[in-house]
Amino acid sequence: MTKSELIQRIADAHVDLYQRDVEKIVGAIFDEIARALAQGQRVELRGFGAFSVKQRAARVGRNPRTGDSVDVSEKFIPFFKTGKELREKLNPKG
Amino acid sequence: MTEIISTITRADLAEAVYNELGLSRNECANYVEMVLNEVISALERGESVKLSSFGSFSVRQKGRRVGRNPKTGEEVPILPRKVLVFRASHVLKAKINRGLAKTAGKPVGASGTPVAGDGA
Repeated sequence: MTKSELIQRIADAHVDLYQRDVEKIVGAIFDEIARALAQGQRVELRGFGAFSVKQRAARVGRNPRTGDSVDVSEKFIPFFKTGKELREKLNPKG
Repeated sequence: MTEIISTITRADLAEAVYNELGLSRNECANYVEMVLNEVISALERGESVKLSSFGSFSVRQKGRRVGRNPKTGEEVPILPRKVLVFRASHVLKAKINRGLAKTAGKPVGASGTPVAGDGA
């Protein structure tokens, strides 16, 4: 499912909403998550999961082809941990 | 680190929707739920969810393997299960690095001094 399919499905299921409003809602939600992460904030959504940012220290890497050493600068990696409830939904007990 | 990492939640997402759309705050909270639920049900069906300029969520099937209780050393079977994987898009990674590179005043910790390469 892509973002536009997500918007389409929601719009189909909620006839009271204009598609362009659904677009704005979906956009606002994921933009807000991205904005928070870019400020170093954590985003915790119970029942879904939590987004956080992990810091990777600067290191000396290697070009695997030539063996040359390359300086890799410090960087920040977004990280997602699945929430308990969603994990259980993906693995329903038999 | 002296900085306290603050956490945002559904309420902040609802506020963002409210700022974008107006409508009532109560409705905006429901809209956040509606979007998350749609994403969750796609994942439950095993679909992956690709959100351009944000990232993608996909469900991966893990096979059975033998694990170990780290405390007792006892072998325990880990049953086949499904896990959710999130891959951030390049756009999101770039945004985060741009945002945090500015704020990182590099007060590198005690052992943070660069080490001379060992013959590198």
